[in-house]
Amino acid sequence: MSEIAFYSPVPRSSNSKAKSKGNHSNDNDMDLDEMISSVAKNSSTSATLHVVTPGEVITTDSAYMRGHGTYVENEKVLSSVAGVVDRVNKLISVRPLHTRYNGEIGDVVVGRITEVAQKRWKVDLNSRSDAILMLSSVNLPGGVQRRKQESDELQMRNFFMEGDLVVAEVQSFFTDGAYSIHTRSLKYGKLRNGSFLEVAPALVQRCKSHFHSLACGVDLILGLNGYIWVSAHVPQNLDEIDTEQVYSNKNKEDITVQDREAIARVANCIRALAAEFIFINDTIISFAYEASLQHKLKDMTKKEIMHQIATEAVDAVENMKG
Amino acid sequence: MSRVELLSPEGLRIDGRRPAELRKITSTTAVLSQADGSAYLEHGNTKVLAAVYGPREARHRALVLHDRAIINVEFNVAPFSTGERRRRTKNDKRLLEMASFVKQTFEPVVVTTLYARSQIDIYLQIIQHDGGTLQACINAATMALIDAGIAMTDYVCACTAGWVEREAAIDLNHIEESSDTSEVTVAMLPKSGKITLMQMESRLHVDKLEEVLSLAGEGCKQMHVVMDKTIRDRAEDLAAKMAV
Repeated sequence: MSEIAFYSPVPRSSNSKAKSKGNHSNDNDMDLDEMISSVAKNSSTSATLHVVTPGEVITTDSAYMRGHGTYVENEKVLSSVAGVVDRVNKLISVRPLHTRYNGEIGDVVVGRITEVAQKRWKVDLNSRSDAILMLSSVNLPGGVQRRKQESDELQMRNFFMEGDLVVAEVQSFFTDGAYSIHTRSLKYGKLRNGSFLEVAPALVQRCKSHFHSLACGVDLILGLNGYIWVSAHVPQNLDEIDTEQVYSNKNKEDITVQDREAIARVANCIRALAAEFIFINDTIISFAYEASLQHKLKDMTKKEIMHQIATEAVDAVENMKG
Repeated sequence: MSRVELLSPEGLRIDGRRPAELRKITSTTAVLSQADGSAYLEHGNTKVLAAVYGPREARHRALVLHDRAIINVEFNVAPFSTGERRRRTKNDKRLLEMASFVKQTFEPVVVTTLYARSQIDIYLQIIQHDGGTLQACINAATMALIDAGIAMTDYVCACTAGWVEREAAIDLNHIEESSDTSEVTVAMLPKSGKITLMQMESRLHVDKLEEVLSLAGEGCKQMHVVMDKTIRDRAEDLAAKMAV
């Protein structure tokens, strides 16, 4: 016997949904929800992070669902990796902190072409297998709407060659778990005018934009797979891009020594932050850049200076937050 | 050659340990920046470096398994690691045998079905050899795999035990190993007590087997405590840094 209740539209609080569901759930369920929320509160504070190691029992309650990084044995949920426990309602997963990239659809990624195959490129994304970039999921030169032809299949190396770097977006998964990526937007495509570096994928968080232009005249692409592209600033007007130039292998001619130093400095700042395992975003990179200006560029590879830059950047972010 | 006295009348072993005493264990993870996971482990004077790469795109198309990952183990002994300096070829049958032991140990424990069509490479390097290489390799590989974030149902902890003169002894060193001692290496899942590897190359009287095995099992449990502490410290350290 279930009652249907109607609520007037009020500003949504976190509980309102649970209440309307509560009509056809028993009391036992409610207790469990409360328990989870109290656990969730605890885990959000840094002091009581729930860290588990392989084979450790996370919960003996069979009401929970097992997520990534867990397995079930004798109705207990156990961890299969070393990491932090994440709980979303009744789903328990364990997130390893130092691991390869696990993608989701819509992620902006930076990758390197490893192979040119039939109608497709293989791209290294730092994930468990190479991603696939189909010839049909790139913008061909000469008009965005142009269909692919047989002649395009024969000159695929003119678009992307082995070793080229691309920025792309995860489009879908194949049945075996491999990623299909696409560059069907003028934001995506071949990377030029800059330098590449690699950090742990866990350090790059999903956010609104992964394309940044820093005040120091440097463009930045933070790939969610931990691959980062730091390049000289190119003023972009998305309406007037010459589609022939998208696949060019030539860097722009007027990259000055100052530009090059700024690129190297930003890249070293990111390395310094990554070495301290600090989340990487445009704000903290800007602060790290400012902190690094008191050091010579060639000193920035020294361990103690990297540490100093990272701590100063973190302090600056804390100050900004208040 | 006069026989070395392996057990003193007081019941102490040649390096001063008691029969059921492990050597000093030192372990760290994440020692290599380029590898996905790595670990450095010392059992007394035996020193091992393990590096794990992957799961990554399989290099040999022919070997790819469509439903799970393949595990590839390479085992190497540095020329300077032993008493006599000796260069080994890559196809040395002893090295290949050791690699296949490690591979067989991990295949049932690593959840390979999560990583279809990919390959996990484990590289093991002996830097100093003082007995118990197989146990050190397995323990170091476990830690490197966990450091790489590869899913495993449990730790794999290995320990050797043998019959030294008149008593069962644990974690034999090179002198004890090389003087006709029967030695058993056991790799165990400490949570369930299941054994994934048991290896013995010499003869041991069946009456003594049980005592030796139970001692090795105890050693595995002690190893688990040490390894778990290192792994947990590292995970907590990273988690705390990311929480800032």
